[in-house]
Amino acid sequence: MARVAVDVVIKPEILDPQGKAILSALARTGQPGVSAVRQGKHFDLEVDDSVSDADLEEIAGTLLANPVIETWTVTRMAPETVRSVDTAGTFDTAGTVRDTR
Amino acid sequence: MTDRAADALVPTTAARIGVITFPGTLDDVDAARAVRYAGAESVALWHADEDLAGVDAVVVPGGFSYGDYLRAGAIAAQAPIMRAVIDAARRGLPVLGICNGFQILCEAGLLPGALVRNAGLRFICRDQWLRVENTDSVWTSRFEPGAEILVPMKNAEGRYVAAESVLDELEGAGRVLFRYVGDGPAQGNPNGALRDIAGICSADGRVAGLMPHPEHAIDALTGPTDDGLGLFVSVQDWIGTALTGAGTHA
Repeated sequence: MARVAVDVVIKPEILDPQGKAILSALARTGQPGVSAVRQGKHFDLEVDDSVSDADLEEIAGTLLANPVIETWTVTRMAPETVRSVDTAGTFDTAGTVRDTR
Repeated sequence: MTDRAADALVPTTAARIGVITFPGTLDDVDAARAVRYAGAESVALWHADEDLAGVDAVVVPGGFSYGDYLRAGAIAAQAPIMRAVIDAARRGLPVLGICNGFQILCEAGLLPGALVRNAGLRFICRDQWLRVENTDSVWTSRFEPGAEILVPMKNAEGRYVAAESVLDELEGAGRVLFRYVGDGPAQGNPNGALRDIAGICSADGRVAGLMPHPEHAIDALTGPTDDGLGLFVSVQDWIGTALTGAGTHA
């Protein structure tokens, strides 16, 4: 098993009105130093060893992202950061959620 | 022959037009009603079906299939029924996508481009003027060239985008079917759609998609106009000529 992160962001040339709304909200929170925000999506995948890098690109480029409007990055996480989730939806590492970064 | 007997003959000769229902589809009932209003037989198709029951055309109606999860239309584009629709469309079956249906056809790769969040971030619900830019397509042949029609629109992700080269190709080939038009604060381009595009079609004019809702404008009693009926009548003209071989589309 491996853990894979897929990050999807709207292409720079496509207007991101949600990012703009977040930017204007940030200005109101007393953080005027932020000059741009692009909102995206993050996917955590747990995949077995049969899934190749090419498979991951296909997964990202055909379903997780729409190549017409979005770009994506696929990152295989280091093996020690793999964590499993039990059926109750909580992490099984002695009741604590590990920071995987 | 009595009138009743004449009515009974209609279903055997009428065009059969399928209307797909996905989990979260809203407008399948109105789309089926529009099909019948226009004189065709409506055939209910289910997202999990794997064949099209031999229909002559398919309407992919609006709504929020799969709750708009991932992206509007992205999950529906992978549904079993869409495998059949894609195969049939590639062989020339007429397909019309309305609103979420348009989003699904783009996600399925049957039409180019994508629909993204409206520029003003608002869900826009209003009656909208459109100009029919192409009256040669399977779905618009009954309109006069340059006709302007008034139909409802209701969406939050209706802003059409595509690469400049794709937009140029669509314009050059007459594949822009409908454009937002009209003066005044409540008209014109409502959502920032590139080149005011409200609807497009495939190169052969058989696969079409638009964000506004012609199926909600089929009778002045329940909609702003009956302008939307033109799409559902047009396709039957094509089906008729296709079946008899009398037209140029056979």
